[in-house]
Amino acid sequence: MIGYCQRKLLRIAGVASAALLLAACATTEAPVVRGTGDLGVIIERATGQVTVVESTGRTALAEVPGLGDLSHASLVYSRDARYAYVFGRDGGLTKVDILAGEIVGRVIQAGNAIGGAISQDGRFVVAQNYEPGGIRVFDAETLELLSEVPTVWGDHGQRAKVVGLRDLPGNRFIYSLFEAGEIWLTDLSDPTNPQTQRFPAGRQPYDALITPDGRYYIAGLFGEDGMSMLDLWQPELGVRTILPGYGRGEEPLPVFKMPHLRGWAIAGGKAYLPAIGRHEVLVVELGSWEEVGRIPVRSQPVFVMSRPDGREVWVNFAFPDNGWMQVIDTLENEVVHSFQPGRAVLHMEFTPKGEEIWISARDDDKVVMYDTRTRERIGELPVVSPSGIFFTHRAHRVGF
Amino acid sequence: MRVISSTNGLVAVAAGLFVALSSKSVLAEEGFVPTPERIKELVHMVRQDCGSCHGLTLKGGLGPALTPDALQDKPYEGLLATLYRGRPGTPMPPFMGILTEEESSWIVRQLMAGFPEDGGPLPVAAPGVRVR
Repeated sequence: MIGYCQRKLLRIAGVASAALLLAACATTEAPVVRGTGDLGVIIERATGQVTVVESTGRTALAEVPGLGDLSHASLVYSRDARYAYVFGRDGGLTKVDILAGEIVGRVIQAGNAIGGAISQDGRFVVAQNYEPGGIRVFDAETLELLSEVPTVWGDHGQRAKVVGLRDLPGNRFIYSLFEAGEIWLTDLSDPTNPQTQRFPAGRQPYDALITPDGRYYIAGLFGEDGMSMLDLWQPELGVRTILPGYGRGEEPLPVFKMPHLRGWAIAGGKAYLPAIGRHEVLVVELGSWEEVGRIPVRSQPVFVMSRPDGREVWVNFAFPDNGWMQVIDTLENEVVHSFQPGRAVLHMEFTPKGEEIWISARDDDKVVMYDTRTRERIGELPVVSPSGIFFTHRAHRVGF
Repeated sequence: MRVISSTNGLVAVAAGLFVALSSKSVLAEEGFVPTPERIKELVHMVRQDCGSCHGLTLKGGLGPALTPDALQDKPYEGLLATLYRGRPGTPMPPFMGILTEEESSWIVRQLMAGFPEDGGPLPVAAPGVRVR
């Protein structure tokens, strides 16, 4: 294993002077004592590796290869924000020590996976799988399989793809079944003995969010105009359809990439939600569930993400308009800024308090940073085919 | 698919024979071939952007696998229609407006034969410019 120092110097120095620098490293390297609060991980989707970054000096600290197929990947952090659990497309679940910059555990847990979540107490991680459809529960320390819930539905024993898995208070997890149109709530108080409740929901849920307090679960629907909402303070009330008929019966526009939903949708007591097949962001008031606005945007929104203070919502778009982003003012509920940060913007992430946003420009092989007040570009980092950017403050948020 | 006869039944039979007799590589080379530059663009698009549902390796995701094995029982015409016109009731969107029908045909033939690896995006495209 080569250390932090060597890896970084190798990248900076190139081959010619690397040997010299390595020698320097070997004599001077001491254990680095540092926090993880300003760290993050960027997925390099084409090369199957991740880059560990820090947002104070905007630098890369380490590259960690060997994570398999990351063409779709997401991750969650351990509660001490030292370990990232990376869920890859090929069913790989990889535990990365972001301080050491190395893999400390890896299992192939399914044939085709989409993401995962971590329990409230941090003791286990749960993977959500397309193939075979279901969730699987792993010990966060050892990655040992503890239990699983196959998403069997209908009369023929088929298994549904799992989308929108989110953690809840009480070591419970909630998720949606794409083909089945159901929402399942699994209690993992005993992680070896899952207890699951099933709720009928709308057609073809594609992703879902939990509000930051863990109360409302909202599943986006591909198969109908509307969204399915479950109040987890009163689950006995069942699933309710919100924003019914938002498409107004009009022919939907083609959706070249599915939107992603998460708790970042909430700003100022309202949820900002991507419409499906309409170039709009829908605004709904939490609690009353009244539609209070719809904001025309440039294309099919993918990530509709509020700045941590909720004053603005930043939006990126599906292919072929994925070179654009727009900013929505949440008092006026209108687009106030449009810009082109780079080619093929796949994801963005605000720094913990929102002074900066980091944006993945896949086809430019870089992550670019913007000041969210001045909206000026303030930096960039070379990263090969970047997609997801995950800062460690996710470790302490429900639904992340 | 080439038109061999003027009656539909014969066309279908002839088309079936044509597919059955053709090796996969011959099928991939039949018909319209885009310019090398456009091929680079199309391969990048399929691997990366179709890949968001079908996977970079085309082994599937929310959308089904598009590997030659997965497609071997699927008729070419159906695949072309799915790509070009979309598949109602599923998330598969129509790519007309992004692709010409000839380009769609080229993509389907490459998928059936084994899709080329991504050589990256075109170096010249400006930010935000539509592929077409």
